[in-house]
Amino acid sequence: MDKIFRVNMTDLTTKIEEVPAAWAGLGGRGLTSTIVAAEVPPTCHALSADNKLVFAPGLLTGTPAANSGRLSAGAKSPLTGGIKESNAGGTAAQMLAKLGIKALIIEGAPKTGAWYNLAVGVNGVTINEEKELLGLGNFAVIDAVEARLGKKTGVLTIGPAGELKMTAANISVKDPDSKIRSHGRGGLGAVMGSKQIKFISIDGEGAPGVKIADPEKFKGAAKVFAKALLDHPVSGEGLPTYGTNVLVNILNEAGGLPTKNFTVGQFEGHDKISGETMHDTIAARGGKVKHGCHAGCIIQCSQVYNDKDGKYVTSGFEYETIWGLGADCCIDNLDDIARADNLMDDIGIDSIETAVMFGVAMEAGILNWGDSKEMLRLLTEEIAKGTALGRVLGGGAGSVGRTYGVTRVPVVKNQGIPAYDPRSVKGIGITYATSTMGADHTSGYTIATNILNVGGYVDPLKKDGQVELSRNLQIATAAVDSTGMCIFVAFPALDIPECLPALIDMINARFGIALTGDDVTNLGKHILKLERDFNQKAGLTSVHDRLPDFFKTEPVAPHNAVWDFTDAEIDEFWNF
Amino acid sequence: MKITLKLFATFRNGRFKIAEQELAEGTEVRQVVLGLGLTEEEIGIVMLNGRHGELDSKLANGDTLSLFPLVGGG
Ligand code: SF4
Repeated sequence: MDKIFRVNMTDLTTKIEEVPAAWAGLGGRGLTSTIVAAEVPPTCHALSADNKLVFAPGLLTGTPAANSGRLSAGAKSPLTGGIKESNAGGTAAQMLAKLGIKALIIEGAPKTGAWYNLAVGVNGVTINEEKELLGLGNFAVIDAVEARLGKKTGVLTIGPAGELKMTAANISVKDPDSKIRSHGRGGLGAVMGSKQIKFISIDGEGAPGVKIADPEKFKGAAKVFAKALLDHPVSGEGLPTYGTNVLVNILNEAGGLPTKNFTVGQFEGHDKISGETMHDTIAARGGKVKHGCHAGCIIQCSQVYNDKDGKYVTSGFEYETIWGLGADCCIDNLDDIARADNLMDDIGIDSIETAVMFGVAMEAGILNWGDSKEMLRLLTEEIAKGTALGRVLGGGAGSVGRTYGVTRVPVVKNQGIPAYDPRSVKGIGITYATSTMGADHTSGYTIATNILNVGGYVDPLKKDGQVELSRNLQIATAAVDSTGMCIFVAFPALDIPECLPALIDMINARFGIALTGDDVTNLGKHILKLERDFNQKAGLTSVHDRLPDFFKTEPVAPHNAVWDFTDAEIDEFWNF
Repeated sequence: MKITLKLFATFRNGRFKIAEQELAEGTEVRQVVLGLGLTEEEIGIVMLNGRHGELDSKLANGDTLSLFPLVGGG
C-alpha cells in the first residue's frame, strides 16, 4: 500500500503515515495542491516554518504507461504568494512511485543554521547534516551524490539560488543521463532552501514497484495510448525532430513572439535561434536531436546541445528559454543562450523567470540589449555569488522592475509572462490572467488551438471563444497534471478520439476503479477551485487576475493588437 | 503577381527557406502547395501575412505566404 512520508525539519523527525481516504484517488498536482490547501496557512510567509514542500508522483507514475514519469512539487510560492505546483521529468518520480511513496511532505524549518540532506529509501527518510556540498552548483551536487551513494541514486537538489532563497530559485531533478530537469516556476527552490535542505537522495533498492489491479486491461489501454502519441504529427514527429523550439519561427510569423521586453511581436534574428537552425546545429555537432527527460517518454522533445568542439553544453533546451534570452533580450547567438541555459541549471534558477527578468533588466539599463556576454557574467558573477545586485536579479522580473522603477514589467501575480504575446494570441492572455499559478503558459496552453490548429481553431486576434478555450484547457490540464503525464499528451488527446479514454482506462486498470470522462473533468474543476480558494485566502483575488496595464495601452506590431478584455469578461472564466 | 513564399520545418528539406514567386492572378494557396510537391494533408498551418489562412485563400500581389507542417511544442 502507498504511504505518506512526512519529514519535520523543526524537530528533525520523520514519520510514515497511512494515506487518508480523501487523498487515495489523488496524485501529482491534485495531491500536492490538496495537501498544501489542507495543511499550509494561506497567509503564512512562504519561507517560514509554516510552509510545506510536497512532492507527489502522478497516478500513473511508475507504471509502463508512456510519458507518465513526471513529478509534482507543491507549496505556497514565495514568488506569487499563492499556491504553486510545478512538475518535472527526471528519474525521481518513478523511483518514488515504485517505493510506494504517494507523497513526501517536508514541513517546519531548523532552529539552527545547520544544513541537511534527506535520504529517502524503502524504510523511510533519514535526515543527515550536510556540510560538504553547500554552495555547490547542481551538476557538482549530482556528481558528488552519485559518488557517495551510487550511480543509480535519484537526486532532487538546489543550487546557490535556492540556498540564498531567491524567489526565482528552482529545484533540480537528476535525469537519466545525470543531467538536470527542473521544477522551474514559482521559487520552490527557495522553499527547499528555507527548510535548509541542500538535496534529497532517493534509493530505489528493494522498492516493491507499482501494483496494477487489472494488468490485462492496463496493457490494452497502454497500447492504444502509446499509438495515439506516435500517430499524432505533433507528438509523433514535430516535437522529436525540432523540440519545442520550432515555435520561434511560427510565433514570429504570427506576430506573437514577444521581442525587446514585449515591445514588438517579431524578432529580426529569429532564424538564427529557431528550431530549424538548432536542429541542424545539433546534428552537425554530434549532439542528440531527440531525447527523453525520463525513461518511458516516447515523444522525446528534449535534446542534447553541444558546442563547436562537440562537448556537452545543455539539454532540455526549451523554446521558452530560447525565446526569452533570444527575442525578448535581442540576442541572436544560440551558443551563448545554450551556455546561459546550462548556467541557470547549475545555479538552480528558473530559466523562464530569469529570461523575462533579463528583458526587464535591459530595459532598466543594467545591461545593453543583446549583450549576451554581460548576461553570462551577471549569471556567474552576481546571481551565483549572491551579490546585492545578484539577489535583485534572482528575485525575477518583478523584483528588477520594482527596484529600478520600470513600468513595462510582464508579470501576472509577480510571475514572468512567457513566450507568447497575449495581445496577439489572446487565449493565452486569459490563461496568464486567470491561472492559479501566476503567468503560466502550460496551465492552459491555448497556443495549440490559437496557433497550431490542434483541437480546432480559435482566431488568436479576436476575443471570441478565448475564455471558454482557456477554461476547458485549464480544467483538462489540472486533471492531466494529476496523472504524472507530460502535458504534451494533450496534442494527441485534443485530436485523436481514442487517446483520452485510453488514459482513463489506464487509471481505472491501475486502481481497479471506474472513473468516467466526467469524473476526470470534475477532478480538474475541483483542483482549480481548491487552488483558487487558497489564493483568495492568501489575498490573491480577482483584481490579481489581470495583465499589466501596458498591454492595454501599447499596441504590438505587426498586428497593432492590444489587450482589450474587460475585467468582467476575464472574470467569466471562473463561471463553472 | 509576385508573392514571398516561406517554408518551415521539414518543408525546407530539398526545397528552400524563402523565395519570391511569380504567380498568375487569382492563384489559391492550394495550387502553391501542390506545386511544391506537397499534399493537402501534410499542411499543418497556413499563414497569410501573419494571419491564419486556408488552402482556398486567394493570393494577392505582395502577399507573404508561410507554410508549416503540423508541429508544436510549448
Ligand atoms: S515529451 Fe519532452 S517534456 Fe514530455 S516527457 Fe518527453 S522529454 Fe519530457
